[in-house]
Amino acid sequence: MSFTSFWSMLKRELKTYFVSPIAYIVTVIFLIVTGWFFFSTFFLAGRVDLRDFFSLLPIVLVFFIPAITMRLYSEEYTIGSIEIISTLPVTRLSILASKYLAALIFVVAMLALTLAYPISISGLGALDWGPVAGGYLGALLLAALYTSVGVFTSSLTKNQIVAFIGATAICFFFYIIDKIVFLLPTFLADLLEFLGADYHFGNFEKGIIDLRDVVYFLSLATVALFGTYIVTRERQ
Amino acid sequence: MIRIQNLTKDYGANRAVDDLSVEINGGEIIGLLGPNGAGKTTTMRIVTGYLKPTSGTVKVKDLDVNEDPIEVKRLIGYLPESAPLYPDMLTYDYLSYVAAVHGIPGKDVRSRIEELVDVCGLQGVMHKAAKELSRGYKQRVGLAYAMMNDPEILVLDEPTSGLDPNQIVQIRSIIRRMGEKKTVILSTHILSEAEATCDRILIINRGKLVADGTPESLGASGISSYILRMTVKNAGGAEASRILSSVPGVTKVIVPPDVTAQAGELKLQVFCETDLREELYNTIKSTNWVLMEFANERQSLEETFRELTLSESGKAEE
Repeated sequence: MSFTSFWSMLKRELKTYFVSPIAYIVTVIFLIVTGWFFFSTFFLAGRVDLRDFFSLLPIVLVFFIPAITMRLYSEEYTIGSIEIISTLPVTRLSILASKYLAALIFVVAMLALTLAYPISISGLGALDWGPVAGGYLGALLLAALYTSVGVFTSSLTKNQIVAFIGATAICFFFYIIDKIVFLLPTFLADLLEFLGADYHFGNFEKGIIDLRDVVYFLSLATVALFGTYIVTRERQ
Repeated sequence: MIRIQNLTKDYGANRAVDDLSVEINGGEIIGLLGPNGAGKTTTMRIVTGYLKPTSGTVKVKDLDVNEDPIEVKRLIGYLPESAPLYPDMLTYDYLSYVAAVHGIPGKDVRSRIEELVDVCGLQGVMHKAAKELSRGYKQRVGLAYAMMNDPEILVLDEPTSGLDPNQIVQIRSIIRRMGEKKTVILSTHILSEAEATCDRILIINRGKLVADGTPESLGASGISSYILRMTVKNAGGAEASRILSSVPGVTKVIVPPDVTAQAGELKLQVFCETDLREELYNTIKSTNWVLMEFANERQSLEETFRELTLSESGKAEE
């Protein structure tokens, strides 16, 4: 795999995002939803921090990231263009990497727009930038995980709706799992709590960067990407 | 140049390619001919590395498709059926994208695209999106990207399907021109096309190679040298086939499905190894059938194709 072919594939994927109206609609709705929920209680609480925004993010992204990733493989299957890209001299791994990175870059761009929130509220009082930076690092890792799940379900089906629902379901499972553990016996509860994305994300929004949380997100993302690789290989 | 050995591909319980072995030399235009579902597309997809065979090997210039997929893909330009381009991409963007994926250096991309535009006649459509293109233009853009890195082998899956007669002539002349320097493998189920464009024809039926030769040799010899066309009265299809097949030297009796006979009459095609007109006449005389028509037919490629591919599947449909 040469770098130029990887780069050109990545560029094409990015271009597809940035010229498509759907991506902008998703971005705008994302900003409206997060902005509304964040600012509707912001002035009532009277605290200059982003805690409410970050506690909202894991559940909001459960719906928005699958909407961005659903097309990655499914669209190629429907058009049939997967046959062209698979018979060009590039590896499956570089195809996967270009798709994953393109989606992740788009999500990061979408998150970057929310930097307007801390910037605008920092004028209202002394904003502690530590938890904000931690929160954004956590959001990045969370996005890396959700995006990998989205790529995975997209590689399974040519139907984008199925890919979307599948990814939402899996991401929601990771989101909800640490909130339902009280129903379970203790020994299972500890294990399942550790699987919860929100549980690990919670540390970041407090401004704590724990290696265990980083490893959690990166390892689960790797598992999903490896699964995608296997799926694309077995489609042969 | 390409050596396919004992190639088998199963889709679940369905066997698409069945123990196919064939050797293809350089500098030929090969026509893969067969009815729909014969395994042409599957074979091409395996040769180009899109699918993995269930068993068997494909070697391109001594490189195994399974072991060196990237190297083999560099040697082959592939146009899948109906040229699946990205619908929103402009032709120029698409071709420069394919050039970049091939690793063609930036400064050479423009001149390479200009060459291909000339060869494929794409002058008017460089700034149109694929979804606005007619089938003929899509197919030509497909040819252009398949030729992007000047591969030694071109694999074209039904390059002329769905085109109007003028477009077919244009595509064919492009293929002929490319065939002067490259090895071209194209699939089709249009016989006249194979006759017009190909140096060598492989007829595939139910995943098996059933004939291999030049268009002339396949037309002239086939497997049975003689075909007798006859129309008889008072005979049932099954009974007539059974009685006529029992004559020594008869290889096959078919009822052509596309020929309509008058009520009570039955039209038959009898394939024989030698001229059996006398024996067949005597056989018919011993029954109570009335012989309405009896003629020798020239064995054309069409008949060879019919004879080889219609046998079992044709009967099943009747």
